[in-house]
Amino acid sequence: MAEIRIENAVKTFGKVVAVNRVSLTVHDREFVVLLGPSGCGKTTLLRAIAGLGMVDSGRILIGGRDVTYLPPKDRDISMVFQGYAIFPHMNVFDNIAFGLRMKRVPKEEIARRVREAAELLHIEDFLERFPSQLSGGQRQRVAVARAIAVHSSVLLMDEPLSNLDALLRLRMRAELKRLLNEIQATTVYVTHDQIEALSMGDRIAVMRNGEILQFDTPSRVYDVPADRFVAGFIGTPPMNFLEAQIRRENGTPRAYIGDFALDPIPEMREELARRDGERIIVGIRAENMETLGQPAPDALRVKVLVVEPLGSQNLLTIQIGSDVIKASTHPDFTVEPNQDIWIRFPGDKIRWIDRDSGRTIIPDLEKLAST
Amino acid sequence: MTTTSSTTQAAPLVTKVRLRDLPVEQRRALLAARLRRAGTYTVALLIALWILLPIWLIGTLAFSAPLDVRTYPKQAAPIPFSTETMEFFLNARGVLPATRNSIVVALMTLALSTVISAPAGYAIARYFFRGRDLFRLSILAVRAFPIVILAVPLAVTFRTWGIYDRVYSVALMHTALTLPTTILVVSSVFASVPRELEEAAKVFGCNPLQAFLRVVMPLALPGIAASAIFTFVMSWNEVFAAVLLTLENRTLPALILYNLDKSGDPFKFAGGFFMLIPSLIFIFFVRRYLFNMWGQITK
Repeated sequence: MAEIRIENAVKTFGKVVAVNRVSLTVHDREFVVLLGPSGCGKTTLLRAIAGLGMVDSGRILIGGRDVTYLPPKDRDISMVFQGYAIFPHMNVFDNIAFGLRMKRVPKEEIARRVREAAELLHIEDFLERFPSQLSGGQRQRVAVARAIAVHSSVLLMDEPLSNLDALLRLRMRAELKRLLNEIQATTVYVTHDQIEALSMGDRIAVMRNGEILQFDTPSRVYDVPADRFVAGFIGTPPMNFLEAQIRRENGTPRAYIGDFALDPIPEMREELARRDGERIIVGIRAENMETLGQPAPDALRVKVLVVEPLGSQNLLTIQIGSDVIKASTHPDFTVEPNQDIWIRFPGDKIRWIDRDSGRTIIPDLEKLAST
Repeated sequence: MTTTSSTTQAAPLVTKVRLRDLPVEQRRALLAARLRRAGTYTVALLIALWILLPIWLIGTLAFSAPLDVRTYPKQAAPIPFSTETMEFFLNARGVLPATRNSIVVALMTLALSTVISAPAGYAIARYFFRGRDLFRLSILAVRAFPIVILAVPLAVTFRTWGIYDRVYSVALMHTALTLPTTILVVSSVFASVPRELEEAAKVFGCNPLQAFLRVVMPLALPGIAASAIFTFVMSWNEVFAAVLLTLENRTLPALILYNLDKSGDPFKFAGGFFMLIPSLIFIFFVRRYLFNMWGQITK
C-alpha cells in the first residue's frame, strides 16, 4: 500500500521556479505519467519524490508517511535513471543485487530475486557480463531489473526509453507496460513523449512551467484537453485551432468562422450564449472532421494545400481563411493540392477554448483539473 | 554471414586512385589534400623528434661503455651494449642514499598530497559552495607564485623550526608545491564520474559516504592513481626546494645538481637516464587523465 501524496510542492533554482505549488496524488499501484516539454519541472518533481532534490516548501508523503526530509534510501523507492546509471565496475548480477545487498538481504534470497528480475527482463544469460559488454537496450534492461529487484512499493522512472532507438523504444514500451502491470508497484514515469504517455499511463499529469495543467486519464487528456497548450502538445498531429466569433441568433449562440456558422451541442449553449459577440477558439482534432468531395449544406468549403499519404490515412493540410489546419482522411479519399473540398465539424467533437485564458470551456471543467 | 552482392566476382572494396588518370582539376585537389596531410605529419614528426632525440641520446650513452661516452662524435645507438656506465653512477658516493631519500620524500609527498587532494577535488567537482571559484583560483595562484622569492624566508623558517635538512621537511615543501595541480587533476577525475551513478547508489540504499566508497571511489581510483604517480614524479624531479632545504640529506636531483660540474660525462648521462625512468612510466599511465583535464574527453 503506497499512495504518493504531494502537497503544495515548491522547488526553485535561484530565480527559476521549477515546481510551482504542485499538489498531486498518485493512488496505490497506479501508473502516473508526468508529461511535458523540457524544462517544465517534471524531472524536478520526480527527483523530489525520490529525495534527490529536496523541495523548498510543501510536503511529500509516501504510503501515508511524511518523507519530505528523508534521504532516498529511507523512502521505500527505486528508480530507473535516464542514463541508466548502472555501475560500470560491477557485472550485471552485482548491479541487480546492489539494492538487496545494501538492505542486507540473505545471500540465497538475493540470488533468487536477481534471477527472478533478470528473467522478467530476459537478461538471465548476461549476469556475468559487465555493462561495457552490453548494448544500450540490454543496459536499459539491467537498470529496470535493478529497480524491480528491490521490491520497493514505489517505482520512479526518468525518461527510461529516451536513449533507445525508435524501434527498440516501441518494443520496450509494450514490454514495460506488461511488466509494470505484473509487479504492481506505484509508478511515476517521466517523459516528454506524448505517445509514450498516452500508451502507458493510467493517468497523465501534463505539466508546463512548473505547474500541472491537467491530470486525467489518457483518453480524457486526448479527447478533452483542459487547455490550449495540452491540446497542442498531445496528439500527432496536435489539435487544430480556428478563430471564430460567437453571435446569438434567436436566443441560440452560433460560432462563425468567416461566414460559416457552427452550431454548438445543446450542453454548450448556455455557456456560449454568455459570450455573445466575443471571439473564441474552436479546437478540433484532425481525425474528427468529415471530409467530403461534394458540397453539402452544413459543410465548409476549404482549399487543400498539401496531401501527405501516410499509409493508413492521408493527412491533408487545409487553408481556412488565414488559419491552416490538418485533417486526416481515409487513404481512398483522393484529392489533389489546390483542389477544393468540403469539411463537416461534428458538434460533439468541437472543443471551445477561451481566447484569453487558453482554458477549455467545459461545463464541468473543475472535475477535469481536480487532482 | 556473407553479403549478397550483384557482382559475382569479388571486387576489391577500394580501388586505388591513380593521379594521372584523373582530370586536371581533381588531380590538383587530390594533390593538395595529400600535401596538406604530408605537411601535418612532417610538423608532428619534427616536434616528436625535438623531444625524443635527446631522450634517445641519453639512453644510448647511459648504456655505452664510459670510454665510448667520452669520445666524439657520440654514437647513435648503444652498440656495444654496456651497463658499466650505469654501474659507475650507481656506485658513486652518495647516489644510493640520495636515491633512498628521493624515494622516501616522493612517497611521503604522494601520501600527503593524495590524502589532502582527494576530498578537496571531490568538493570542487561535486558541490556548489560559496567561494568555490575563488577557492579554485587561489589554488592556481599558489602555483603562480615564484618559489625563488620564497627561498630565503623558507630556509630561515625551517631553520628556526628546527626542521632544516630533514627528509620530511622536503616532503612537506613538495606537498605544498604539488597540491595545486593534484587537486585540479583529482577534481577532474571526480567530475568524470557521472553524478547519476552516485544518485543511483543513494536510491538503492547508500548514505553519502557509502555511495562515495562503493561507487565513486572505485571508478575514480585509476585517475587518482595516475595523479598519485604524477605527484611522485614531480617530487622525484624537484630540485630547487630540495637544494634549498637540505645539506647532508640530499635527494637525488639535488645531489646530481651539486656534482654536475665536478663529474664527467658518464655520470651525467647515467644520472640523467636514471632520473628519467619514473617520468616515462608516469606519462604512460597518466596521459588519458591529463587530456581529460583540458576538456578533451574522448570516450
